[in-house]
Amino acid sequence: MEQKKYWQSFGELNKTNAYKSAAQDEFQEELPFEADDKGLLEVKTPRRDFLKYLGFSTAAAAVAASCEVPVKKAIPFVNKPEDIVPGVANYYATTFVQDGEVTPAIAKVRDGRPIKIEGNELSPVTIGGTSPRMQASVLDLYDTSRLPYPMANGKEVSTFDAFDKLVAADFARIGNAPVVLLTSSVTSPTTRLVIDQFLAKYPGSRHVTYDAVSCSGMLLSNEATYGKRAIPSLNLAAAEVIVSLSSDFLASGVNPVEMNRQYGIGRKLNMKNPTMSRHIQFESMMSMTGANADERYHHRPSDTGAVALALYAALGGAVTAPKLDTALQQAVQKTAATLSKNKGAGIVLAGSNDPNIQIIINGINELIGANGTTISWSSTYNTKQGIDAEMFKLVDDMNAGTIGALLIHEANPAYNYYDSKRFIDGLKKVKFAVSFNTKMDETSELCKYVIPDHNYLESWGDAEPKTGYVSLIQPTISPLFKTRQWQDSLLKWSSAPTDYLAFLKQYWIGKLGSEANWDKALQDGVIHGGVSTRTVLTSQTSSSPDTARSANAPIIDLNVGGGKTSFNNGPIAQAAAAIGSAKKGGNTELVLYQKVTIGAGQQANNPWLHEAPDPITKATWDNYAIISPALAKSLFNIDLQKKGDSDDYEVHPEKEVVRITVNGKVLELPVIIVPGTNPNTIAVALGYGRGADAASDGDDEDKRKVQIDKARTNIGKAGGATGKNAFPFVQFNGVTRDYFVPSVNVAAAGYKYKVAQTQTHQTYEDRTEVVLETTLATLRKEPEMFLERREELHKDFAPKTNNYERDATLYPLFPKPGIKWGMSVDLNSCTGCQACVVACIAENNVAVVGKNEVARFHDMHWLRIDRYFSGDLENPNVIFQPMLCQHCDNAPCENVCPVAATMHSSEGLNQMAYNRCIGTRYCANNCPYKVRRFNWADYMGADSFPDNQKEVLSDASLIMNDDLTRMVLNPDVTVRSRGVMEKCSFCVQRLQDGKLKAKKESRPLKSGENGEFDVKTACQQACPTDAIVFGNVNNKQSAVYQHRENNQDRLFYVIEMIHTLPNVSYLAKVRNNDTILKPEEGETQETIGGKQGKKEEQEEGQGQPVNK
Amino acid sequence: MIQHRRVAKTLVSLVLVIFSSFGNKISAQANGQALFSANCASCHAVHKDLTGPALAGVEERWGGDKKKLHAWIHNNQAFLKTGDKYANELYLKYNKTQMNLFPNLTDAEIDAILAYVKSVPAPGAAAGGGAAEAASSTEGGDNTLLFGILTLILAVVALILLQVNSNLKKLSDQKEGQPALEPVPFWRNKAYIALLSILLFCIGGYLTVTGAIGLGRTKGYHPEQPIYYSHKVHAGTNQISCLYCHGGAQDSKHANIPSVNICMNCHMAINEYTGKDKIYREDGTEVDGSAEIKKLYKYAGFDPAVSKVWDPNKAKPIEWTRVHNLPDHVYFNHSQHVKAGKVQCQTCHGEVQKMDVAYQFAELSMGWCINCHRTTQVQFKDNGFYSIYQKFHDDLKNGRIDSTKGITVEKIGGTECQKCHY
Repeated sequence: MEQKKYWQSFGELNKTNAYKSAAQDEFQEELPFEADDKGLLEVKTPRRDFLKYLGFSTAAAAVAASCEVPVKKAIPFVNKPEDIVPGVANYYATTFVQDGEVTPAIAKVRDGRPIKIEGNELSPVTIGGTSPRMQASVLDLYDTSRLPYPMANGKEVSTFDAFDKLVAADFARIGNAPVVLLTSSVTSPTTRLVIDQFLAKYPGSRHVTYDAVSCSGMLLSNEATYGKRAIPSLNLAAAEVIVSLSSDFLASGVNPVEMNRQYGIGRKLNMKNPTMSRHIQFESMMSMTGANADERYHHRPSDTGAVALALYAALGGAVTAPKLDTALQQAVQKTAATLSKNKGAGIVLAGSNDPNIQIIINGINELIGANGTTISWSSTYNTKQGIDAEMFKLVDDMNAGTIGALLIHEANPAYNYYDSKRFIDGLKKVKFAVSFNTKMDETSELCKYVIPDHNYLESWGDAEPKTGYVSLIQPTISPLFKTRQWQDSLLKWSSAPTDYLAFLKQYWIGKLGSEANWDKALQDGVIHGGVSTRTVLTSQTSSSPDTARSANAPIIDLNVGGGKTSFNNGPIAQAAAAIGSAKKGGNTELVLYQKVTIGAGQQANNPWLHEAPDPITKATWDNYAIISPALAKSLFNIDLQKKGDSDDYEVHPEKEVVRITVNGKVLELPVIIVPGTNPNTIAVALGYGRGADAASDGDDEDKRKVQIDKARTNIGKAGGATGKNAFPFVQFNGVTRDYFVPSVNVAAAGYKYKVAQTQTHQTYEDRTEVVLETTLATLRKEPEMFLERREELHKDFAPKTNNYERDATLYPLFPKPGIKWGMSVDLNSCTGCQACVVACIAENNVAVVGKNEVARFHDMHWLRIDRYFSGDLENPNVIFQPMLCQHCDNAPCENVCPVAATMHSSEGLNQMAYNRCIGTRYCANNCPYKVRRFNWADYMGADSFPDNQKEVLSDASLIMNDDLTRMVLNPDVTVRSRGVMEKCSFCVQRLQDGKLKAKKESRPLKSGENGEFDVKTACQQACPTDAIVFGNVNNKQSAVYQHRENNQDRLFYVIEMIHTLPNVSYLAKVRNNDTILKPEEGETQETIGGKQGKKEEQEEGQGQPVNK
Repeated sequence: MIQHRRVAKTLVSLVLVIFSSFGNKISAQANGQALFSANCASCHAVHKDLTGPALAGVEERWGGDKKKLHAWIHNNQAFLKTGDKYANELYLKYNKTQMNLFPNLTDAEIDAILAYVKSVPAPGAAAGGGAAEAASSTEGGDNTLLFGILTLILAVVALILLQVNSNLKKLSDQKEGQPALEPVPFWRNKAYIALLSILLFCIGGYLTVTGAIGLGRTKGYHPEQPIYYSHKVHAGTNQISCLYCHGGAQDSKHANIPSVNICMNCHMAINEYTGKDKIYREDGTEVDGSAEIKKLYKYAGFDPAVSKVWDPNKAKPIEWTRVHNLPDHVYFNHSQHVKAGKVQCQTCHGEVQKMDVAYQFAELSMGWCINCHRTTQVQFKDNGFYSIYQKFHDDLKNGRIDSTKGITVEKIGGTECQKCHY
């Protein structure tokens, strides 16, 4: 039986030469000396240069030393506001709202500047969960490419009054022609009233909702079968079986943060009674959600309907299912059996925007009794409201010239409409257009007037993502630019007497009863006591200490048992017929998806998001065509099983480019090979190519250059013309927009393009027991298998005392008398969403380095989420593992530092003193976890003259050097300069702050007992699934101690046998399927303990390891 | 010496206690002074009218009715509404300047303050109570001197011996008839030159290193400020608590320079300097205190001739020159030291109550920080945070840890890098 093998890269899978040499060199760089065989003094730049440098540095030092210490000023307030103490952060509850996505947030404001966004734990929907986009949104506030003032005809308008007069004149001019307000989904109840008031002023006018990525299919199907054009609440936490047909619900969709939260609850494992939800995924590409699945099957995108029908039929539905290939048919049968076993505790989701498919899904959910159990109609989502046909009709009307005025807010059809050309042509025939967008984006550019809206951190407002769940928005900083909230503009233009704040306040004081209640609601950020029923969580995890959230936080609202609505079977037959007659896919099909970081491109100029790697491809700064290994072989003759080919593909960042053609539209993108992709499928991410037209591939160079320059001015230096726009490939089927193309032509374009991936940057040099995994069935059978293995290891190294910590090393054991910090990560709950990665960047002033620097391994992230594949290339399993400094108590890095810049604290922290570091990089070389990062350049502009930076840094880094952008920096964390090493500090600034708080109150530190925390690391706080637990391990009541204690059977430390004694522990991943791994099959740790030596000899004796 | 002083102090306070008409306890007395400094001193003096009236004889003025006085101090605004005659007259007399509310002071605490006020003798008899001055005598220099002299003597002896040796050699050579070499003058003698260069290198190196270590250190930095602000007058003579103006010291990492409104709290009423002690600059010229207050008014946009009420909207911020500067890579938190560590301000800032314009008293170097962390004890028994250090508590009981040395900051990790550098 072949050993189970985990690999990050194809090189690691095949044990290629390139992989081996990469494993030898931590820093894959040539030294800057000329490579001669001669000695250092005989080479071309010898003694003289040395003397020059010596002389110059002596002179420079002398000049620097003779400079006087600069005089610094201390300028206090004139009249200090009572609640502001300089140096102490204030926290304000607000809400992150973007294109209908709503996440209650807490903004940390330091000396008047919002510097960090955190989740609001009072929200019963997200309970403090966050997403990477929300974490990064604070940087958007300081975006230098925001429009700084209102504009008319491309020129600045000096005052809002002057602007209002211009617009009023135009409104008068259009007479009775209808006014259309075009927005993305509006979740704010008061804004809807403002809109109504505005529309009432202009008879015949209307409001059109347009979502860049639409959910019309779901809305229409629900209207057909349930009689409601709405999306019901889901309850994944209560679902025993979750079946997803191409739905990437953890990364995109109706409300991903909430989905992660619920999903995470169902994935927690209580060792006393090991049960967890079973997640089955059918999809065409390897999505982030699919990577988390227990069972995963792939199919062509055009077969989604057929799979849905087959599942419906297998569950007893009266339809004839089209024929699927045998393997897929078996999978469907098996899934149906699982679903029928769990009637009332299953849920089926589909990502398709085809109403027919969604109708079948509704039928399936009806058959398995989901309606009223895992699907609740007592509260419905407002996050996606757009109906595609309405937008289609609007574009028709515009082209007919019947629209008087078009007012656009948070919508950008000139960029993301499937037929943007038609929209643009139509816009020219509209009498005048006003854009409220914050940037001079593709649509605003074509509008006569642009009056930029505030950033959400400067705004007042409210949001109701689900009916009955309201959260409020309050400003945390006064507007940075001359912008005005768009509701205020609407109120002005509808001659309303009040401004929006008064309107909002009046509305909510009316609802809540009193001003005091309003103040309380504003302070909480969320309004409790919605319309929906509340039920105490009763799923298997409620008693588990895994739920590390505050006990004082509200119990998650699950709507269990309520909200059933009557189902109409009628439309199913018709839908089935429509699916049956759908066109068959061609040889290659195209799927359009959204990355968890970039989404539909709303935050295009956010360098944090661009540099956060995609969870699956680990690529940054670009979109690309994802293809399967099989397609790579047939299209580019890259055989990943062959060592030479896989090295060729993998070592060089330059990837082959594929030309995708659909109906004359051409897109040329580099390919990334992802195992588990359907062989007939190509997947391309939306949201890229902002500002520059993707179709200009064929254009001449000069024209393209002008376009790119314009994109980088309008959209920003980070996002303008980054990647390519795939929205033109969205198809309109007459009712809804489809995010796949059943038949595309693909061909090798014959050139290569550089993609910056991070996946092969770190290697563990063949130490294989980095991640542990098993199946639920195996765990039930042998609950102590991991524990036994650790015990064996301990026995091997400390046979007499069994004290591995003390006896397996020559070094003495140092006591940790007070606090000992520790972290525990549950691999079972980690969905790979990258929220922690971005949170870490924001909290710790981690530098942005830009694409070229990432491509040469200079990425600076302190926390990365490693992605491992295991199994075959066709359909592998995926594990995500958050990897950060392990704060080893016996740390290899500390011993090798020649200047003691890194050393251990009595609280178990592996400390890093930047100002002592001289940059030898020995520590990074000696770190087995590869978590140390070196500042190759002065990325943050900490101590360089700006002009010197221009040559060295990418535009992306320069963004972070801007005075405005630097306002986002955390003043409690040193900005690192060139030439020093850095790494995760366990958010030491938060630890110190928490300790101080406890000391001031003269009480012991709280770390999770009764759910109260003095200290949470940024990653822990960001995690929407509570996968990360942190605290004082010396305290036996602490959450982290309990987490380890109660999960002894899954606990492991990464490469424990090298005796680094990490302070970060992990809980093994468990897949909920019925396979029982045989001992040798589950034995991923062939090198554990005393067996290590023998095994290695054996392997060497054989000459070549596996997979030859 | 120090012990004598302590004994003397105790004696003095004992005498005071015995002779005071109230039978208050020592703690209440000490308490009274502390409470007075913390709550009252910013607006009241004992024998002098400031923003508020002098407090000496306050009880008599209130007709000896303590209940009224308590009510007034707790919430003067509520008390005014009762229509008390004296209170309303007082309010009008002081231009309707509102007194701060002290709802948290207990009656006993107010009595302690009143007792303290009574105990302060009239000016003339008053003696400034200064903090104990720790005489620091460094004995490290003596040994160095001894070794230096020894080295010098040995070097002279060595030189003489060398000279004798060479003379003897010369003599013996002459005797044996060998022609004597032309004597090399010492400035061309390679041995001498080598010796000299080594010496120069060592001295030069030493000076360079000490110079380099001292780079950027600004002990004694005493910049001129936009307003000649005398700490001596405020914190010394008038006994205003440091925290009244630098309130951030107990809440924040920054102690904070007071905002203009804090200055104006008092200086709306105090518009000239009438103190007995004259203020002198370093160069001996006299400072006109009233003129300095006028400077403040200029910044504040306040003219007592026009209006008695200050309008903050007219004010401009004062650009003070920052005296204490730490490098950016050092994290220092005032509240950690003041609130949790209960360190006196004077420990690091010197006797500010005796300084006029503040100067940098301490070196603010890393060695200086570390040395203090090595010797200073934490509030180990008093602060509940340290209850988790079970081992140290046990060791203290067993005597395994010297209880006179106690638990220092170093013992709980206070000299580790990442306590200040992150």
